Amino acid sequence: MSIDLSQFIPTFLEECFEGIELMEASLLNLEQGDEETINSIFRAAHSIKGGAGTFGFNHVTEFTHLVETLLDEMRDGRRNIAHKDIEILLDSVDCMRLLIEAIRDDCSYDDSKVIVTSQLLTATLNNNSIDENIVEDTTKDNENTSNAIADDNLTHWSISFIPEHHLVQTGNDPLLLLNALAELGKVSVTANCNSIPSLVDLDATELYISWQITLITAAKKEDIAEIFEWVEDDCQLVISNEESIDKKPAEINLDIANEADELITEKPTIEAKTKVKPNVTNDSSLQKPKAESGSIRVGVDKVDSLINLVGELVITQSMLSELGNDFELSKVARLNSGLEQLLQNTKELQESVMRIRMLPISFAFNRFPRLIHDLSKKMGKEIELLISGEQTELDKSVMEQISDPLVHLVRNAVDHGIEATDVRITNGKPEKGTVSLDAYHQGGSIVIEIKDDGGGIDSNVILAKAIENGLVDESTSLSESQVYDLLFEPGFSTAKTLSDISGRGVGMDVVKRNIQSLGGRIQIESTLGVGSTFKVFLPLTLAILDGQLVKVGREVYIIPLITIVESLQTQEALINRTSGDMVLYRLREDNVPVIPIYKLFNIPAQNKAIKNSLLVVVEADGQKVGLMVDDLLAQQQVVVKSLNENYQQVEGVSGATILGDGSVAMILDVPSMINMALKLAKKQQQNNIVAEEVIH
Amino acid sequence: MDIQTLANEIPVEGEYALEGVDFISSGEQYLTFSLGLEQYAVNILAVEEIRSWEQPTHIPNAPMFVKGVINMRGVIVPIIDLRLKFGIGEAKYDKTTVVVVLTAQHLTKSRTMGFVVDAVSDVLNAQENDIKPAPAFGGSLAQHYIEGIVNVAENVVTLLDVTALQTIEKQSDNY
Repeated sequence: MSIDLSQFIPTFLEECFEGIELMEASLLNLEQGDEETINSIFRAAHSIKGGAGTFGFNHVTEFTHLVETLLDEMRDGRRNIAHKDIEILLDSVDCMRLLIEAIRDDCSYDDSKVIVTSQLLTATLNNNSIDENIVEDTTKDNENTSNAIADDNLTHWSISFIPEHHLVQTGNDPLLLLNALAELGKVSVTANCNSIPSLVDLDATELYISWQITLITAAKKEDIAEIFEWVEDDCQLVISNEESIDKKPAEINLDIANEADELITEKPTIEAKTKVKPNVTNDSSLQKPKAESGSIRVGVDKVDSLINLVGELVITQSMLSELGNDFELSKVARLNSGLEQLLQNTKELQESVMRIRMLPISFAFNRFPRLIHDLSKKMGKEIELLISGEQTELDKSVMEQISDPLVHLVRNAVDHGIEATDVRITNGKPEKGTVSLDAYHQGGSIVIEIKDDGGGIDSNVILAKAIENGLVDESTSLSESQVYDLLFEPGFSTAKTLSDISGRGVGMDVVKRNIQSLGGRIQIESTLGVGSTFKVFLPLTLAILDGQLVKVGREVYIIPLITIVESLQTQEALINRTSGDMVLYRLREDNVPVIPIYKLFNIPAQNKAIKNSLLVVVEADGQKVGLMVDDLLAQQQVVVKSLNENYQQVEGVSGATILGDGSVAMILDVPSMINMALKLAKKQQQNNIVAEEVIH
Repeated sequence: MDIQTLANEIPVEGEYALEGVDFISSGEQYLTFSLGLEQYAVNILAVEEIRSWEQPTHIPNAPMFVKGVINMRGVIVPIIDLRLKFGIGEAKYDKTTVVVVLTAQHLTKSRTMGFVVDAVSDVLNAQENDIKPAPAFGGSLAQHYIEGIVNVAENVVTLLDVTALQTIEKQSDNY
């Protein structure tokens, strides 16, 4: 009997990602080193390997096998857990993620990183202490090569490498040897395929090829011999010095010098890769085609409570239908109580279903220990990450969209916030910088705090920069928070030099836009010399919002309750008309511009006079406006439906909802309405200018 | 009504068969409808349902031919008056005015929209070689909406491309 395995692949991939995350988190904790952690890492790797084997993802199996072997050695105590090994393992975890993602998205991946890492893994495995040697060797080689440039001491080596047929069966890969040679200098290789037998006699497990290699390097014979150390017994190896090149053509010299440079900068050891790593995380977080994960894991308790509620609903339904079978007026009281029960049930059911979409924010926070680990290494800053409130629950779709802005904010905190270690010491701060992440509920929203104990934000620097960029006038005086808001202006960067950690990719303006598109806002608090706090306020869920139903003409609109400051009836005395038909309403100290919805949306209205009309004062982006409506209706929770799905984005409207009577009502998008009103005003001004010109 | 009378009510095959429809033929089937005096048709596989006209909810600053949105079993469906979009006939709403709800693929996702027409008439069966390209000159209707024309008796039916019908030009800033 054959089972179609493909149906299990999504589950397998999900388990892989879980395993990979677990491995990463444990590896970061491994630095203290305890057995239980290694065991759990090993188990995760093992189950990924096993699963991949079952589904025939052989490249994953092969790669994971290397990782597993290394872990096994650590587990058995045959290998000390060195810092280097952890770095290699972290890289391997990255590679595994790359491989699994490639399977999930069914696309190709950049295999150079995988090859490099697996080579490194093999090298590490081949000798318990080889990792030391590799580093030493390469440094030695580099010294040698650099010496060579100085001493003009390059040598032509001619190497004849004739492996025994069974070489590959011992687990050695000739290609790895050749690659290792290439790292020593300039290599040209000729393969001799003469001894390959006809297909009938060919044994796929045997190796029939031999190689003739010319190597131009400064390395000594011992260095070359060392590469072949593991195959020495299984091959005929002749290493001979062709000639010493004392007078070589200048171009070769240049060539080699370049290569030597490359060797130094791209020293294929750990440093080189740590340089690659942050970029990779960059790319994958920003440019990867967004594969929204189609499934979520739900706790059994949540499902149980759903089943209970549905059970109650069924009981209520049967009660009501029994009541309806022979209804008479005397039973009205029972009908009413039944309906009330139904209301209660549906409400609870709705809440429970919503709760299924909620995930603890640790899903978003989990990537930060690794990020901080990599960043601190790269920046040479010692940083401690404190995470709290990771159990705070957040809607899944909000979480997916907030993760990238959060990464940006954390990167900023490390790059711009925390000062260099020497600066910190001179300022009398602890050497280790602290970045803390916190999440908690506040009112109807979730607050995520990113806090650093760095230098704080110098508002004078920002102001100077803003004036330089022409964002503000020199004469305007701005409050502190207004100055901080300048950070979110497009094209504003105070980074003195653009580093590849921040100052590239998404800017703060994109961060703010992302947060706003989720219906949230961001706030900065900062004290110079003490640190800064970025607070992100997010709605609990995107699918449901509390709305105020208003009527304009024949249409019903919904204003999100969260934006409403107050509703009032206008008094004639407080209405002011200024600067050409702009209407301002005096609300205590403020002058609030009045926007009649009927004018903005081009619809007929019952009441066009501002006098004695109803005004809903709303606030967005710190700007208050009064929306003029015909009537205020009920307040209720509405389910947000997208207009985009079958139509397109409509200006001034964030979505639609279905009301109790089955009709559709538009949900107003206050910031976008303010924009519309501004555009409308600008257009009128332009028309006036044109008109003036015509007159003149 | 007993079973016998019910059985008698069932039409004998061919008795009420729709004119022009051959159920075993391999050609495509099209739903024809009228706009003013003209006959149009869309691929019947795209037709989700045919509804009677109801007043939709207005979309702010939408083009004239977008009448608004309705709630179709929990899905928000925009309603487009084809008579206004094509400038054919008179946009009046009475008992025979119907909305043809069409679903079509747009790249990766499908989109559902309702189109107001004067009346739906028939199901038309057209073989591939019955469909002729529309003459390039003349009509006010943009070419990209037209899949081809088919002769039905003395009349000409224009086949419309559903995906093109559903494509909405960027909402204009003119308000």
